[in-house]
Amino acid sequence: MANEGVNHGRRRFLTATTAVVGGVGAITAAVPFLKYWEPSAKAKLAGAPVTQDISKLEMGQMLITEWRGSPIFIVRRTKEQLAVLPSLDALLRDPKSENTAQQPAFAQNEFRSHKEHRELLVLVGVCTHLGCSPKYVGELTPEPFDPNWKGGFFCPCHKSRYDRTCRSATCGTGRKIRLSSSGRTVRA
Amino acid sequence: MAGVPQTPYKPSNKVLAWVEDRLPIGSFLSSHTSGYYAPKNFNIWYYFGSLALLVLVNQILTGIFLTMNYKPGAATAFDSVEFIMRDVDWGWLIRYMHEIGASMFFIVVYLHMFRGLMYGSFKKPRELVWILGMLIYLTLMAEAFMGYVLPWGQMSFWGAKVIISLFGTIPFIGDHLVQWIMGDYIPGDATVNRFFALHVIALPLVLLLLVVLHLAALHEVGSNNPDGVDIKAKKDANGLPIDGIPFHPYYTVKDLFGAGFFLLICAFFLFFEPTVGGIFLEHDNFIEANRLVTPEHIKPVWYFTPYYAMLRVVPSYFGTAIWGVLVMFGAIVMLFLVPWLDKSPVKSIRYRGWMTRTALAVLVVCFVWLAKIGSGPGTDPSEVIIGRLLTILYYGVFVLMPIYSRIDATKPVPDRVTTHD
Repeated sequence: MANEGVNHGRRRFLTATTAVVGGVGAITAAVPFLKYWEPSAKAKLAGAPVTQDISKLEMGQMLITEWRGSPIFIVRRTKEQLAVLPSLDALLRDPKSENTAQQPAFAQNEFRSHKEHRELLVLVGVCTHLGCSPKYVGELTPEPFDPNWKGGFFCPCHKSRYDRTCRSATCGTGRKIRLSSSGRTVRA
Repeated sequence: MAGVPQTPYKPSNKVLAWVEDRLPIGSFLSSHTSGYYAPKNFNIWYYFGSLALLVLVNQILTGIFLTMNYKPGAATAFDSVEFIMRDVDWGWLIRYMHEIGASMFFIVVYLHMFRGLMYGSFKKPRELVWILGMLIYLTLMAEAFMGYVLPWGQMSFWGAKVIISLFGTIPFIGDHLVQWIMGDYIPGDATVNRFFALHVIALPLVLLLLVVLHLAALHEVGSNNPDGVDIKAKKDANGLPIDGIPFHPYYTVKDLFGAGFFLLICAFFLFFEPTVGGIFLEHDNFIEANRLVTPEHIKPVWYFTPYYAMLRVVPSYFGTAIWGVLVMFGAIVMLFLVPWLDKSPVKSIRYRGWMTRTALAVLVVCFVWLAKIGSGPGTDPSEVIIGRLLTILYYGVFVLMPIYSRIDATKPVPDRVTTHD
């Protein structure tokens, strides 16, 4: 009965067009479900720039503030600490901080800081490897993880070592930094 | 089971007969229990399938009760878990049953997988049984990871951060993908809530579906056994396998005995050492998540540590850490490929030569040693070298399998199973 006088061409046409239209519809319908997982307007708002007073930051001290829920490290480095940096170049992946994805143009130098504020280091305190927060191990003394330690950052999860500019010895490099010109106020 | 005649199911009373005429549930159940013929020579390794099912039931039951008091959300999650632990009657028991159940699930699944490798249970015609089992394992890993995030302790947060960041190593889309998964710039409120949704409903549904398919595929082709002998090759006058016995009552009784022994071990952990010294539940997870302070050692729970060790010992090249991620996931992909990598004419290790035995032993040593490295602090440089060597050996077991499984000596396989007469 069903096979009598069947127009196969028309049946194929209807099957194909239904499949195509249905497929497009299914893909379109998936968009809201995928977009549902994007950061909400509230989360994006919390990601706006932040301001931090650093007038009380002493030489050699580190201050941790917060931006987009990530720790922002601000270190005022001493002259001695800065002097050590060139001696470490041979150990580093990117000694001159030339990876443009990881800092703005003005910080693409050996100190990774603004030229008017060489001593100020500002960075997102997140390991470029897999997003842990490295520890500030500031002393110029041997450490269990490195007998020749010259001070810097150490990531406890995957054992990445960074020097005082957060140039990495074992992983990629540091992250994006932004610095205002006043020297007292830092925007991350 | 295909190729074995079924004794027709006869309802024992009028009510069952009435139901059977409308929904053949009785004949379905009987065909999968008293009508399912399993080889009569199952040994201790054959407990773990049914034990996995038992743990799954435990996880679903205790999980449902935990959701009654758990409050997803970055501000509420940790406190609600502590509320369950301290203020809800028997809340600590239900929570620890769920927590111990998670680790026991992996112990049982790892032993179940080892059994499959040892006796060649992945070989034709059981390739799909193996593949479905591997999919269960993958789903279980996702389920366990998301479940570990929910109490929102330090390890929940930092574990989530590291594991989600793995996706950030994918070129071009990585950074955006990470934000999409977290719903924020760091794991936060949105992350806990969506992981809760996935952990309590989406993934359990997938898991149950896969378990049904795993069993359906198994019952179609029939169970393997320690001898790797096809029991359907020798049948009696009624067409039933001579070396087969009905799953019910023979194996239901055996499995109940195993379940009793297994629950005794679980009860020991539950009542005397619920965190198992920080192995099943890390001490740092009793501290609330703090996004500004990284714990001293970030490490996953023990069942992920072999893969985590691989991730950690593989160095970055060309400014990206994706290689470690690829090696880690590749280690699991290798297991998927085993049915096609193994070229031996013989299934069971009992009738294989020294090469296959050595390879299996090497695999176990690699897995256990990598687990030890992955759960340690990782500061010892010699561990990196050992870890790399073990990773290469792990891959070697799979990559060289087509060669050594082909040239390895075999012993003649008997016609019948050997353990009993």
